[in-house]
Amino acid sequence: MNTLDHFDVIGPATVLLAGAAIVLLADLSSGRRARVRPLALLALGVAALYAAGQTAAGTTGEAFGGAVGVDRFTLYVALLLIVIAAAVVLAGEAGLERIEQRGEYYALLLASTASMLLLAQARDLIAIFVALETTSIAQYVLVGLGRDARASGAGLKYLLTGAVAAAVLLYGFVLLFGIAGSTSLTDISLAVAETGDETRLAVIVAFVLVAAGVGFKMAIVPFHAWVPDVYQGAATPVTAFLSAASKAAGFAIALRLFYTGFGGGDTPISADWAKLFGVLAAVSMTLGNLAAIQQTDVKRLLGYSSIAQAGNIAVGLAAVAAGGTLGPAAVLFFLGTYAATNLGAFIAVIAVGARVGSDELRDYAGLLRRSPGLAIVLVLCLLSLTGLPPTAGFLAKLYVFNSAVQGGEQWLVWLVVVAVFNTALSAYYYLRWARTILLDEPLDPTPFTSPTATNVVLTAAAIGVIFFGLVPTPLIDAARSAAAALA
Amino acid sequence: MLTTFLLLPLVGVLLIAFLPRAREHEAKWIALFVSALTCALSLAIFVRFDRDAAGYQFVDRFEWIRAGDVGFSVQYIVGVDGLSAPLVLLLGILSLASVLVSFNVTLRAREYFAWLLVLETAVAGVFTSLDLIQFFLFWELELVPMYLLISIWGSGRREYSAMKFLLYTISGSALMLVGFLVLGLAAGTFDIEQLTAQPPSEALLPLQAVFWFVIAAFLVKLPIVPLHTWLPDAHTDAPTAVSVMLAGVLLKMGGYGILRIALPLLPEQAHDARVVLAALAAISVVYGAVLTLRQRDLKRLIAYSSVSHMGYVLLGVAAMGSVALTGAALQMVTHGLITGLLFIMVGLVYDRAHTRQIADLSGLMHQMPLIGVATVVAGLAALGLPGLAGFVAEITVFLGALQEHPAATIAAVFGVVLAAGYVLWAVQRVFMGPPNARWAALPDFDAWWERTAVAGMLALVLIVGVYPRVLSDVVAQGVEPLAAILRGPAS
Repeated sequence: MNTLDHFDVIGPATVLLAGAAIVLLADLSSGRRARVRPLALLALGVAALYAAGQTAAGTTGEAFGGAVGVDRFTLYVALLLIVIAAAVVLAGEAGLERIEQRGEYYALLLASTASMLLLAQARDLIAIFVALETTSIAQYVLVGLGRDARASGAGLKYLLTGAVAAAVLLYGFVLLFGIAGSTSLTDISLAVAETGDETRLAVIVAFVLVAAGVGFKMAIVPFHAWVPDVYQGAATPVTAFLSAASKAAGFAIALRLFYTGFGGGDTPISADWAKLFGVLAAVSMTLGNLAAIQQTDVKRLLGYSSIAQAGNIAVGLAAVAAGGTLGPAAVLFFLGTYAATNLGAFIAVIAVGARVGSDELRDYAGLLRRSPGLAIVLVLCLLSLTGLPPTAGFLAKLYVFNSAVQGGEQWLVWLVVVAVFNTALSAYYYLRWARTILLDEPLDPTPFTSPTATNVVLTAAAIGVIFFGLVPTPLIDAARSAAAALA
Repeated sequence: MLTTFLLLPLVGVLLIAFLPRAREHEAKWIALFVSALTCALSLAIFVRFDRDAAGYQFVDRFEWIRAGDVGFSVQYIVGVDGLSAPLVLLLGILSLASVLVSFNVTLRAREYFAWLLVLETAVAGVFTSLDLIQFFLFWELELVPMYLLISIWGSGRREYSAMKFLLYTISGSALMLVGFLVLGLAAGTFDIEQLTAQPPSEALLPLQAVFWFVIAAFLVKLPIVPLHTWLPDAHTDAPTAVSVMLAGVLLKMGGYGILRIALPLLPEQAHDARVVLAALAAISVVYGAVLTLRQRDLKRLIAYSSVSHMGYVLLGVAAMGSVALTGAALQMVTHGLITGLLFIMVGLVYDRAHTRQIADLSGLMHQMPLIGVATVVAGLAALGLPGLAGFVAEITVFLGALQEHPAATIAAVFGVVLAAGYVLWAVQRVFMGPPNARWAALPDFDAWWERTAVAGMLALVLIVGVYPRVLSDVVAQGVEPLAAILRGPAS
């Protein structure tokens, strides 16, 4: 294997990092007058083509001494993340009026995406930690960008809680290294598979710590306290990026760590960590929904809703007892549909915020009459978040819940009972919002239009939400083959 | 054919969507044309339905989601048998009638008629789906149009009522979904026909619990006391056409779900639950009727009478013999026709008088003799007068249930007495008496679409009353296999 082959394995991430560097240089050399957005889009496009090519070729392999690898799973996650980043870059401009440092913004976005790609590819504790920290640091700065006290406050809060989470994760990793004598996930899985009575406690403590560390990225209760303030304080495109990309990366690394590192359904402790995620899922969705009901700021509402949705996704993590790839496939399918849905919602929020200058729920009154297309897409996304047919969100929930029931254990059925009642709870605030859009008298009835790029992304999101609701098989197949690569 | 039946209203939705805003008033003509076509199709299905052949007919199927052997394979299968064919026809008729009685809707007319057509597709999907997941999909699909129709075009506390309707239904269907998933895991399929042929003998939860999970959604939808409180609110605040659809076909989704899924898939558990079901039925009939007597608002009165009348359906279900089940299936259709008609009549009165308070109305027969007579006939049908549609169904339920549940049946028969009371009393207060000067200017029928809808529905009530075999022959084809399944645990 020559050097180029090593870089081929992490090709898309390399492209994005190079793109980040070029964006920074262009920005610096032109005295901040360069239009760097096309450069960022170009980098994302090349990376997407690279990843698509690797997917088509069925590339698999490892590089850098087994620290990173490429397989169907990493490519699925990579394509998902690149599409999310591209959507944010395309449609985010309108939400950036507070941010003057466009060069830094786009460079950080690309760097953060690149390190999330690497995170999904990492097969070694050290690589995981480095990738996780790189993406986190980029995100701390992204959140704090702009001349705005709220953004700086949010950035600081994100940084402080993130630092604690990183420390906890690192401590878990140290324990794992102590147990396995190696930082490679393959070696760790072998060691964990032979857990005896004397090491059992250490393994359990290790996975609790690791779950806390990655739970921060997934934004599940009780590692969620940063979400509402950060979601509200950050510029909306950054929030959109966090809610879709960061969550996807968090679940991707959780799948890798727990399904590969802590073994699928066949290690002595997999039942323990499955139950841990089951409890976290139930608590996340219940608390997230109860808090979301009370919100009047849509970004906070979407923040709490994303906590509740993380609970839904975690049901798929807990479904490890289903054996095979059902649970991970359900998680990956959910992440795909959730990205389309949540991005659609956030981009609509950006478009409305740019026009109205506020994110209050009441400013959405009568949106249907002011900007019909925008209103329809937003309502579709809200239906999908609720999980009503014929949207993709309906099938995603169904798929995840079914994977849990297939686990064949009673506690999983009760977990699903909690989850379906939470769906009813969430219907209250999602549909209240939809009603405001469709029904209420607008405070200011002047119609408005959005930039073309926004409309393109919104249309794409709407098509995704409907298409995967009616023809889910392509995405399900992709998710299944991605999940198969985890085992 | 059934797939066309399902998709036709959606074609109408597309046509309406591409209608320019300036020609918004033409939406009703598109809706009328499409629903007339759908109605004709439902009639064709009903007429061409082979009463002597067993099993499902007009079956269309293809594999919708294929996701591995374990897991998540969902088929699209539609088909009708003797249980669903009459309901499909009922849906076709009532959808047409709802479009007709909505001809005076001008507020956001495009959206209104589009949602009405979406609602038709959703209910059609429930009545024809033969796969549990597909059934659930259409069951949930119905929520959005109903929610919007009530909360945009309703009156009074419409937003509260719409949300209450939504939360009750969605909570019920939450448990139903869990039940479906557990059944699907136990049997390895979501195909209703296969599940009926080989009911699972054990599952992850006790089968008794699964039964109650599954039936919960249907009991909420029927509705059964004490889960009924959403219904009067939804009815009172809904526009006329939506009330017609709600009472006429949406409540039947509950009864149909019990007959199609809860009973045949879990016959032993159903058999064990029959006493509880009969008790719930008797309570619904009597308590519903007592509440009806106390109503002062005409629309609320009919809404509560629906609670009482749907109790007969559950009583027939609880008896589980072929006669009683036939009665239950008939009662769904006849109640749909009669109550649909009654809601149309109340809507017509309200459009003219702008009040539904019984105390304010009197002597209307002088101003609107035709509306008065039609209402009286519909009322008589509702109280079960022989020769009209209601009688046939109710007497069949009583005959079938008497032996199995004597106490509940006697209580339910008492409900008929109460029905005579509330119907006649209401008719007397509203239509009889000396002319009331306040209402002197009110017109009788003044639009062709009002006359057409009412005349058609009246004719159907008479036809079924005089010649019930037009329905019962078809119903028998669906009830016989179900009764055979239920005889198993009884012996």
